[in-house]
Amino acid sequence: MVVASPLAAYLLVAALLFAIGLAGALTRRNAILVLIGIELMLNAANLNFIAFWRYGPHPEALTGMMFAIFSIAVAAAEAAVGLGLVISIYRHARTTDLDQMNRMKG
Amino acid sequence: MIEQAAPFTPQITASPIAGILWLIPAVPMVAAGVIALLKQPRRAPAAALAIGSLAFSLLVSLVAFGHVVAGWANHVAVRETVNFTWIQFGNTPVDLGWVLDPLSAVMMVMVSFVGLLIFIYSVGYMAHDENFTRFFCFLALFAGAMLGVVIANSLLLLFMCWELVGLTSYLLIGFWYQKPSAAAAAKKAFVTTRVGDIFFLLGIVWLFNDTGTLLFYNHGLGSMEGFALAGLLAHHAAFGLTAAGAIGLLIFAGAAGKSGQFPLHVWLPDAMEGPTPVSALIHAATMVAAGVYLVARVYPLMSAGMPLIKTGEVTGTTAALTVVTWIGAATAVFAALIAIAQNDIKRILAYSTVSQLGYMMAGLGLGGVAVGMFHLITHAFFKALLFMGAGSVIHGCHEEQDIRHMGGLKADMPLTFATYAIGMLALCGFPLFSGFWSKDGILEAAHSGAIQGPYYLLVFGALLTAFYMTRQVSYVFFGYWRGHHPAHESPRVMTVPLAILAFFAIALGAIGTPAWPWFRAFLEGHAAPFSWQGFAEPGLGLLMVTSSLVVFLGIGLGIWLYGNKSPKAEDPDVLEKASPWLWAGLRDRLYVDEFYGMTVIAFYYWWARVADWFDRRIWGGIVALITWLFGLWAHLNRLIDVYFVNGGFDKTCEEISTSGGLLARAQNGRVQIYLRILAVGVVVLAAILFWSSRP
Amino acid sequence: MSFAFYLIVALTLAGGLAAVLLRNTVHCALALTVAFAGLALLFLGLDAQFAGFAQILVYIGAVAILVVFAILLTRSSEAEQEGVFSKSWLVGLVIAAGVFAVLGWAVLASARALPWQAAAPIVTVRDIGNVLVGRYVLPLEIVALLLTAATIGAVIVALHEKERTR
Repeated sequence: MVVASPLAAYLLVAALLFAIGLAGALTRRNAILVLIGIELMLNAANLNFIAFWRYGPHPEALTGMMFAIFSIAVAAAEAAVGLGLVISIYRHARTTDLDQMNRMKG
Repeated sequence: MIEQAAPFTPQITASPIAGILWLIPAVPMVAAGVIALLKQPRRAPAAALAIGSLAFSLLVSLVAFGHVVAGWANHVAVRETVNFTWIQFGNTPVDLGWVLDPLSAVMMVMVSFVGLLIFIYSVGYMAHDENFTRFFCFLALFAGAMLGVVIANSLLLLFMCWELVGLTSYLLIGFWYQKPSAAAAAKKAFVTTRVGDIFFLLGIVWLFNDTGTLLFYNHGLGSMEGFALAGLLAHHAAFGLTAAGAIGLLIFAGAAGKSGQFPLHVWLPDAMEGPTPVSALIHAATMVAAGVYLVARVYPLMSAGMPLIKTGEVTGTTAALTVVTWIGAATAVFAALIAIAQNDIKRILAYSTVSQLGYMMAGLGLGGVAVGMFHLITHAFFKALLFMGAGSVIHGCHEEQDIRHMGGLKADMPLTFATYAIGMLALCGFPLFSGFWSKDGILEAAHSGAIQGPYYLLVFGALLTAFYMTRQVSYVFFGYWRGHHPAHESPRVMTVPLAILAFFAIALGAIGTPAWPWFRAFLEGHAAPFSWQGFAEPGLGLLMVTSSLVVFLGIGLGIWLYGNKSPKAEDPDVLEKASPWLWAGLRDRLYVDEFYGMTVIAFYYWWARVADWFDRRIWGGIVALITWLFGLWAHLNRLIDVYFVNGGFDKTCEEISTSGGLLARAQNGRVQIYLRILAVGVVVLAAILFWSSRP
Repeated sequence: MSFAFYLIVALTLAGGLAAVLLRNTVHCALALTVAFAGLALLFLGLDAQFAGFAQILVYIGAVAILVVFAILLTRSSEAEQEGVFSKSWLVGLVIAAGVFAVLGWAVLASARALPWQAAAPIVTVRDIGNVLVGRYVLPLEIVALLLTAATIGAVIVALHEKERTR
C-alpha cells in the first residue's frame, strides 16, 4: 500500500481499528464484548487526535494532545460505569446476552 | 401667687437618654409578643417577662426623669425630641418621633410605676385563672402602647398607640369573654371610644392640612410651636372659634371618649366587667388618663390666642378651654351623683373615676397643664390603690361585688382596710392627703376664673365625693358581716403593692403644696423656692377652709346616714326611703344608656333595616340579574365547548395516539439494532458530505 | 514508514481482531490488552510520550483489569451454547465494512491536502502540566468531578441489587 503521507497511514490504521471495534460491537452477543468494541473505537479516535496533533500546523498548542488525554480520562469513567451497569444487569437477569435484554422497548 | 421667675433656657438637642427613649414602649411590646408565643400553662415565665419588661421600662423612665430633673435643677427647660420621617407623600414627609420633656417624663414614670405594681398584684389576683399567660400578654401590650402614647412627639404616632391602647382595653375588658356581659361591655367600650376617635382623626387631618406637620415639637417647626399656631389663629372656624380652637376641640372629643367624659362616659362603668387589676390599671390609673394627657399635650393648641399666660398664672381663657372646663365640671358632678346610688363596689369606683377625670379636665381648662396633670398623677396612685383594694375585698369575699353583702371587714382584712381608708381619704380630698392638694389646686383655679359656675359645680362634686366614698366604706368595712362565707385577708403579693401605693397616696401631695409648688414649676420650667408665704396668698386660706369643711360635711353626712347601720340587702337604701323617685333615677344612671338606646341605637337599627331593605330589594335584584346573565353566557360557552372544542381535541388526541403507536414499534429495546442504525447514519451522512463538497 | 511501524500496526490490528473474534471471553480481554499496548507504542512513535504512558496506565492498568473482573463476575455455564455472535452478524459486518469504506475513502481522497509537519515537536511533561492547570483548568476540574461521580455511581449501581437481596 502506497500512502502519500505518514498522517494518512495513521488515519487508515485508526479507521481500520474503528471498523473492527464497530464490527465487534454490532455482532457480539455478550454485553462485555460490546463494551470492548466500543473501547477499541474510542482508542481509534484517540489515535486520530494524536496523529493530527503530531502532523498538524501548531503542535505547541497541545490541542489534540489535551483532547486525547481528556478522552482517556472520560473513557476510564465510561468503562467503570458501563461495566458496573453490566454487573448490575447480570445480577438482575442472570445473563449478559444482549438479545435477551430488550425490556426497555417501546 | 408665685413670684415672677425668669424662664429657663431651653434645651432641645437630644441627649443619649432621649435617644433610647423608644425602648420604654418597645420592650413591653416585645415581651407581649414573646408571651403570646408561650404555651398556655407557662405561667412563671409569662409573669416574669411582663414584670421584667415593665421594670426595665421603669428603670429607663427613672433615668430619663432624673435627666429632666437634673436639667431643671440647672435651670434648663428640657425638651428633647428625636424625629424621623416615616413615609413621604410626594414632597410632604410624614414624621414620627418621641419627646422627652417634663410632661412626658412625669407621665412615663407614673405609668410604668403604677403599672409595675399592678402587674405584681395581678400575679396574686389571677393566680387561679386558666388564661394567666394571655392576661399577661395583654397587660404587657397595653403597657407598651400606653408608654408609646406618653413619649409620642407626633400626633400620628400618638394616635397609633392610642388605638392600640383601645384595642388592649377591648381585649382586657372582654377577657372573660364567656360572660355575655363582659363581651358586651368590651364591645360597648370599643364602639363608644371609636365615636370620640373619629373626631380625633378629623382633628389630626385638619391639623395636618393646615400646618403640614403632625410633630408637636420640631425646633420651632412643630405644630405646637409658635409659627404653626400663628397660622392656625389666622383662620376662623364657625362659632367664634379659631382653627386652633376647633382642632383642639376635635382632639378633645377623642380625649373625652377615652377619658369617659360626658356624654361618652357610658362605657367606663360597664368596663368593670374585666378583671380587677385591669380596672385598676386601665380604667383608673393610666388609660383613662391618656385623654387628660392628650389634652395637656395639645394644650398650646387650645390655649392659642389666650391674651397672655404669665408664668404660673392664667390670665385669660379661650372658647375651646371654656368648653373643656364646662364638660369637665358637668361630668364631675354628674358622675358623682350616679355614684351615690350604686351598689357594686367597682361600679362606685368607676363613676368616681369618671367624676375625677372631670376634675382633671376642668383643671386643664381652668388652670393649665400643671393643675390638671397634678390631679392626674395623684389620682392615678390613689385610684389604683382603691381599685386594687376593691380587688382584694372581692378576692377575700369570694368574688362578691355587691357592697350590701359585705360588712365588718375591718376586722377580717386589716391591711386592706387601712390602705383602702387612706385611698378613700385621698380621694375625698381630706386635708394633708395628696388628693387634697391636687383638688385644691383645681378649686383655686376655678375660683380665680372669670366665671364662677364651674367652681360651684366642683365644690358640690367634692361634697358628693366625700359622701359616696363614706357610704361605700361604711357598707364594706363597718357594721357586721352579711355575706355567706367568712372573708379572709389577701396574700402578700397583693397587699404589698397596696401598701406602696398607700404611701404615695399620702406623700405625693408634698410636691404640689402651695408652699412648695415643685410640680408646677417643674412642668412649666421655672424655679420653685420653698416658702411658707405660699399659704399667705389672698383667698387661699379661705378656699382651703371651705374645701376642708365640704369634705368634713360629706364624710359626716355619710357617717350619719350609713355609719355602722349594716342595712340588709333587701332593705331600701336610706336615701331611697327619703326620695324613691330621685333614687331610682340615680340608680339607673340617670337614664343615659336608655336615652342612647332610644335615640342613637334606635336610629342605628332603623338605618340597618333600611340598608337591609336596599340590600335585598335593589342590590339583590341587580346581583341576581347579573348572575342570570352570567349563567346564560356560561351555557353558551358550554355548547361551544361540547360541539367544537371537545370534538377537535378528541380527534387530535386520536391522531397523536396512532402515530405514537407507530413510532413505538421502532423502539424494540435491542441496543445493537440502535447502534447499527447509528452506524448506517454515519455512513450516509459522510457520503452526503463528500458528495456535496465535491468541487 | 519504517518496519517498526508496520510491525506495531500489525500487532495492534491483530490484537483488535482477536478481541472481537475469539470465543473465550477471557481470551478476548487479553487480546484487547495487546491492542491497547500496540496503540500505546503508536503514541510513543508519534512523539506523544505522555499520552502513551497514560494509555498504558489507564487502559492496560485499569480498564483491561476491570474488563477481566467483569467477565469473571458474570461468567455463566450456559452462555456459550447459542454461539457468541448474534443471528444477524452478517448485517453488522456489512455495516462495519461500509463505515470503513467511507472513512478510508475520505482519508485517501484528501491525502494530498493533509498537513506534513516533519519536525517532531518538543513537548515536556512540564509543558503539559502548565497547560493543564492554565488554559485547560476548567475541563480538568470538570473531569475530576466526572471521575468522582463515575466512581460513586459505579459503586452504587453495582451495590444496589445486592443490598436489596440481603
